[in-house]
Amino acid sequence: MNVLNVIINWFNAAVSVGTPLLLATNGEILTEKSGNLNLGVEGQMYMGAVSGLAAAWLTERWLGAGGIIPLIMAVIFSFLAGCLSGLIYSVLTVTLRANQNVTGLTLAIFGTGFGQFFGEILTNVAGGYVTVGSETKRVFGVIDFGGLAEIPVVGTLLFKYNWLVYFSLIIAVILGWFLNKTRKGLSLRAVGESPGTADSAGINVTRYKYAATTIGGGLCGLGGMYMSLVSHKGVWVSNCISGYGWLAIALVIFSTWSPLRAIYSSIIFGALTVMYMRVPIPGMPMAIYMMFPYIATIIVLILTSIRQIKEHAQPASTGFNYYREER
Amino acid sequence: MTDQKINDVKIQEQPDTACPPAQDMHPQMKEPLVRMTKRGTVTTSHKVFVYVIGFILALVVGALMLLAIGKNPFLAYRDMVIGSFGTAISSAETIRIAVPLLIASVAVGFAFKMKFWNIGAEGQILAGGIACSYIVVHSINNNNYIPAIPLHLIMVVLAILGGALFGFLPAYFKTKWGTNETLFTLMLNYIAIQYVIYLQSLRTWQDPDSIYPKIVDFAVFTKGKAELPRLFGVHIGWIFALIIAVLAYFYLTKTKHGYEISVVGDSLNTARYAGMNTRWIQIRTLLISGALSGFAGYLQVAGANHTLTETTAGGLGFTAITVAWLGKLNPFIMIPIAVFIAMLQKGSLFIQSTMRIPAAAADLLTGLILFFMLGSEFFIEYKLVFRGKQSVSRLEQKEVTA
Repeated sequence: MNVLNVIINWFNAAVSVGTPLLLATNGEILTEKSGNLNLGVEGQMYMGAVSGLAAAWLTERWLGAGGIIPLIMAVIFSFLAGCLSGLIYSVLTVTLRANQNVTGLTLAIFGTGFGQFFGEILTNVAGGYVTVGSETKRVFGVIDFGGLAEIPVVGTLLFKYNWLVYFSLIIAVILGWFLNKTRKGLSLRAVGESPGTADSAGINVTRYKYAATTIGGGLCGLGGMYMSLVSHKGVWVSNCISGYGWLAIALVIFSTWSPLRAIYSSIIFGALTVMYMRVPIPGMPMAIYMMFPYIATIIVLILTSIRQIKEHAQPASTGFNYYREER
Repeated sequence: MTDQKINDVKIQEQPDTACPPAQDMHPQMKEPLVRMTKRGTVTTSHKVFVYVIGFILALVVGALMLLAIGKNPFLAYRDMVIGSFGTAISSAETIRIAVPLLIASVAVGFAFKMKFWNIGAEGQILAGGIACSYIVVHSINNNNYIPAIPLHLIMVVLAILGGALFGFLPAYFKTKWGTNETLFTLMLNYIAIQYVIYLQSLRTWQDPDSIYPKIVDFAVFTKGKAELPRLFGVHIGWIFALIIAVLAYFYLTKTKHGYEISVVGDSLNTARYAGMNTRWIQIRTLLISGALSGFAGYLQVAGANHTLTETTAGGLGFTAITVAWLGKLNPFIMIPIAVFIAMLQKGSLFIQSTMRIPAAAADLLTGLILFFMLGSEFFIEYKLVFRGKQSVSRLEQKEVTA
């Protein structure tokens, strides 16, 4: 029973920790499906994190009360900040034809700077310490399902999460449905696999690349908001994203560009991240525990590169810009 | 000659910030509002002009962000220059930041030239720092028995080996199975950081007098043996950095190895067809790239910090990417750019204390400048033709030739 409890609680924590990864991974899957390899997820999450927190905090101060309205503002502004970052990336790589790798890395640097810059400004404005009120914390906290959460085993496994967990699961399902079952999704995949062919078929390659990258950036922004408002409980921490953006890019490979497979891969990575609290191994230093997700990523990268399956591969044009005149 | 002038005339018409929907052409539309054509010849003066405009625009956007938080951008920019080069001490500080940055930039430049996206300079610097710290700690725990010069020689060798190992691993798997090197190198960064944190928790490494876990000060505990001497106020690493930049330039442009690197970068298939051992070329180059970063780690440990912390690399690996790219992967051009970026970083630390502007302004500005430089390249290679402007430009052509 004790072992079962440990596993159930571990799973519960893994889902909560894996949710920002799931949001960002889905954002990056959408982006890569259009043939854009955006390495700037870390920066995009920082931009979302600081915008979401700033929106919630300022709205709360303006209204004089916390709750649902600061939450809505946080969602809107973190999504918009993420969209803005995706738009910057699109303008540079699609319209101005800049190198995708370097543009993405620059976005990572810029976004990190943006987050820490405005995060510190916010801290100064708040007088040394930003934190949202208890009411806002509550709406970002675990939903009260009443009796459902009391059911043994199932209650903890399914009904003890904040709303963003369910929201990100729905997003993953919708994205999976969109990519595989709709005409627009088919067009988007065509753009990512072979933009020249898609263009010949009358698909507006530029528009699809812009739309997918911008909305994908928005999802990464929401992932960032989760980090600042849920993981760090509405307090600004200057290195709040701490590599989750990079893990998300690795998770895209791990989940082989499928939004649904991203669900379990994000839970696995969440489990590795919180392992030190849940499964203590005697004599194992904390720092070595903290390496697990990164070591696991490397192992996953190597394994997936060894056994390459065609239908589970990266969209063929990912990383390369489309030059219409060179069709 | 006339061509050049025409180009110059047209540049002034271009709004550099515009992002034209150049590809949104519908077949039924007779002539789009804006379309782009490739320039035939690109003159140096045109290049410089576009880059300068791009740079100014980056500073303008940075200024707008400063205005948005209610700070005077002119004062901020002025203070950044004063804070980084105003006094001899601040200049020395700036150069101290530039030294590892330049070496790391040269290192990632090697890999980037091959289109091998090594973003793990951070981890390679730390790997070098960790490796060379082992011998120092070993010496400290055994009554400091190693004299200064052998100690430094062993440190350099270990640092180079440590960095090279972190360069070798991703190169080995990339060339064997095509494993994604960007993420591989990146994950090694985090592993290196965690390893330093682990070392901090070891009793044999800890500073006995410190309240929180930190590694001993090597300069104090070795009685100066593990400390690099200074010249003009900066540890002598700056001489090594300059030598490395010059040697790297000749290695890349004047040797067979350098030629092989550029062929592999341009087209892997061409290199294979020409009978080059592309696998060995990539592994060899990454060994050098990692070794250089490892050496930078040694300079950080022995010259700048006199200890090892998880911030020994402190974002250098990422900044190095921007320096390498802004320097067009040319080690000579990287020298002034590394100094410039170091100036931004030192300057932003200064304005943090004088104007209460967060030091992250350095990253923000670095990112902005690189964004605009990346965008500028489009306006160097292409020109925009507006609807109905074709005839106008012919008129101008007459004017110019007349």
